Amino acid sequence: MMDFLIATAQVLDATVRLSVPLLLACLAGLYSERAGIFDIGLEGKMLAGAFAAAATAAYTGSAYIGLLAAVLVSVALGLVHGFASITHRGNQIVSGMAINFIAAGTTVMLGQAWFKQGGRTPPIADAARFNAIDLPGAEALRDIPVIGPFYSGFISGRPLLVYVAFLLVPFTWWVLYRTRFGLRLRAVGENPAAVDTAGISVPWLRYRAVICCGLLCGIAGAYLSTADGAGFGRDMTAGKGYIALAALIFAKWRPVQAMFACLLFGFLDAFAIRNQGHPLPLIGEVPVQLMQALPYILTIVLLAGFIGKAIPPKAGGVAYVKER
Amino acid sequence: MAESAIELVGIDKRFGAVHANRDIHLRVEKGTIHGIIGENGAGKSTLMSILYGFYQADNGEIRINGAPARISDPNTAIALGIGMVHQHFMLVENFTVLENVMLGVEGAPLLKRGIAKARAELKRLEQEYQLDVDPDALIEELPVGLQQRVEILKALYRGAEILVLDEPTGVLTPAEADHLFRILEQLKAQGKTIVLITHKLREIMAVTDNVSVMRQGSMVATRKTTETTVEELAELMVGRRVLLRVQKGEAKPGEVKLSVENLTVRDSRGVIMVDNASFTVRAGEIVGIAGVAGNGQSQLIETVAGIRTAVSGRVLLDGQVIDITGAADPGELRDRGLAHVPEDRHHMGLVLAFEEYENSILGYHDDPLYLNGPFLDIQAIQADARKKIEKYDIRPSDPRLKTANFSGGNQQKIVLAREIERDPGVLIIGQPTRGVDVGAIEFIHKRIIEMRDAGKAVLLVSVELDEIRSLSDRILVMFAGRIVGERDSDASEGELGLLMAGVEQQEAAE
Ligand SMILES: Nc1ncnc2c1ncn2[C@@H]1O[C@H](COP(=O)(O)OP(=O)(O)O)[C@@H](O)[C@H]1O
Ligand SMILES: [Mg+2]
Repeated sequence: MMDFLIATAQVLDATVRLSVPLLLACLAGLYSERAGIFDIGLEGKMLAGAFAAAATAAYTGSAYIGLLAAVLVSVALGLVHGFASITHRGNQIVSGMAINFIAAGTTVMLGQAWFKQGGRTPPIADAARFNAIDLPGAEALRDIPVIGPFYSGFISGRPLLVYVAFLLVPFTWWVLYRTRFGLRLRAVGENPAAVDTAGISVPWLRYRAVICCGLLCGIAGAYLSTADGAGFGRDMTAGKGYIALAALIFAKWRPVQAMFACLLFGFLDAFAIRNQGHPLPLIGEVPVQLMQALPYILTIVLLAGFIGKAIPPKAGGVAYVKER
Repeated sequence: MAESAIELVGIDKRFGAVHANRDIHLRVEKGTIHGIIGENGAGKSTLMSILYGFYQADNGEIRINGAPARISDPNTAIALGIGMVHQHFMLVENFTVLENVMLGVEGAPLLKRGIAKARAELKRLEQEYQLDVDPDALIEELPVGLQQRVEILKALYRGAEILVLDEPTGVLTPAEADHLFRILEQLKAQGKTIVLITHKLREIMAVTDNVSVMRQGSMVATRKTTETTVEELAELMVGRRVLLRVQKGEAKPGEVKLSVENLTVRDSRGVIMVDNASFTVRAGEIVGIAGVAGNGQSQLIETVAGIRTAVSGRVLLDGQVIDITGAADPGELRDRGLAHVPEDRHHMGLVLAFEEYENSILGYHDDPLYLNGPFLDIQAIQADARKKIEKYDIRPSDPRLKTANFSGGNQQKIVLAREIERDPGVLIIGQPTRGVDVGAIEFIHKRIIEMRDAGKAVLLVSVELDEIRSLSDRILVMFAGRIVGERDSDASEGELGLLMAGVEQQEAAE
């Protein structure tokens, strides 16, 4: 019994850890796609951000400067995507894919050129990482039964960026449904002509959306290399950008649901890692590949219309063209 | 002379090769209703979109209330007191009425106060102009008539002093149109200036003070409405005398060719679109289906043409049952002599990126006539296309030209030539003249009558009541998916209008 509790606690702990980059990337995608710009380049932006954060933190010794660098690089890539798909009305999938390739290639190439460790950055000292922080009252509450250990052991004691990620959920909801920017953002993803005739600039609005997207992808990257990990390794995002997209579809482009989707996919990942090689009760041994494919399978099942319908923003993926 | 609200001086606009507006001069007096008429494609929407800052003119000057204005975007136009109800509504479908009205004029970065203000202001506008609509309703759940109200409210909410309405009555029943005109009169009485675009001459005569006529991008005349006639305006519009009513002889209906029995169709959301419809079409007659757009006509003809599946009911072609539950494919129906000219030629009738000759056999490409073993016989197809081009006077007469480069009327002729030249026993035809210039309308109407006289069964759907009345031998009226009445071709417009609005039905229910 005790074993089971400990195992559960470990899986849940890993779930949170693994969901955070998904959640940040997913919310990033939400800003972009709600504005009508599909972004398959979450993966690339996150990867470039992770590299920038690790390289800068290793060099300067500051996690915060690393984070800043990650955000700058990721926003710059976001602007490239914006330039291709908003200003030049290019194909958004092609542009997003291009960013993924550029990021995958450049990070390894620069890593090798600068650090000569096969594309990795040197390990980062703890002082230059986002370390676990204790939330106020964690010590005082520790001895209260149930709530105490939950608060002090599970909620408290995580790196800052974890809290940032989860606080961004209500914040994004608030932005989307309670602010002028959110109203316009949702409108431009549905009918840009309506936004245009209402006297609002469609390109500028969409640029702001891709900037938000770049910002969050940068944070996700910094989390991977300077909070969860301690350094950059080649291809360290390992498809998280795509899973985040799947989660976004799963959540039907809504922030709170996005959090649950990311927690679910994070849980599946944690569960797969934990139970690798262990047969499950009733089911028997499940190949780890199947577990890893589960987020995609669930998304396809959803897209096929079995679990309600996922209707993307109506103007998503198409450039706004006024004059033919 | 009265003060002018709008002056357009030498406005010129090209879209690539299309010269949409040529050196346009126009003066609209303050506090009047000014009509602009012209055929489809004459450049009316373009001109008004330039006034609204949606497009930029290549040349020319705009003066608002006498002062020169550079209207570089809709925001500037709104600030100058110009509001516009676009031909294709500019609404966010999954937003509420309130959100749509607020969009762009939210007030502060946070929505809360703006919402309260918009709600109060909407209530005031509703009462003042009898423009009631639930502020919390979703646009996609509103009928088009109400969506248009939202567009008008949007303009008024922004404090429009000059209101442009682009073909506002196309989506309205005659009664709804009359209500709209009363609102316009009321706005005029308050000193607002109104520009009303339409291609319906009757409306122009009924409500405008002045009327300007556009033809092929040029402004050809401006008249006081009291000093002109429908005939003169029609002639100015087309540039020659036109027959406003089609000439046709008596119908000689023969045996039943197409018979629809208790047909019920649902859309993908499960909403009933066609509700227990039954009718027949005989050889040698034209049966017209009238109704305001969106009352199930589209779903009805698409089902009969084998594109959509039905929930229940039967369709018989020449006495043989068509499987309407999914197995019938349009290709098989074609082989059995049923031709279909779809309502929306861009989405269903043509592949715009194809060359003309490719479209001229679309759907018939496995006819041995066009094949050379397993390959297409391009020579034969092009020769065939050339014949059709000549017979239907399709311009430019080049089978190698990309279809997107033909005008609406000529694109429609490409579809018609393809379907009619197969000599089908039954012709289903949706919106035969939507987006088609008047010259081509006459031509298309003649072809349809010829089909009838050759003993074919024709099922016609159109939202243009005039077209239905002048072509049909029998008229069915659809409302909310049901066929609510059948009338002879000499039924009055008023009578049909009431049926189209579902009035009789509601009274019967009470
Ligand atoms: N956005 C656009 N891009 C290219 N061509 C256009 C555009 N809008 C209209 N046109 C062309 O300009 C001409 C005039 O169109 P329009 O102003 O819509 O006419 P109307 O409103 O009188 O029917 C047509 O030939 C049309 O195809
Ligand atoms: Mg128009």
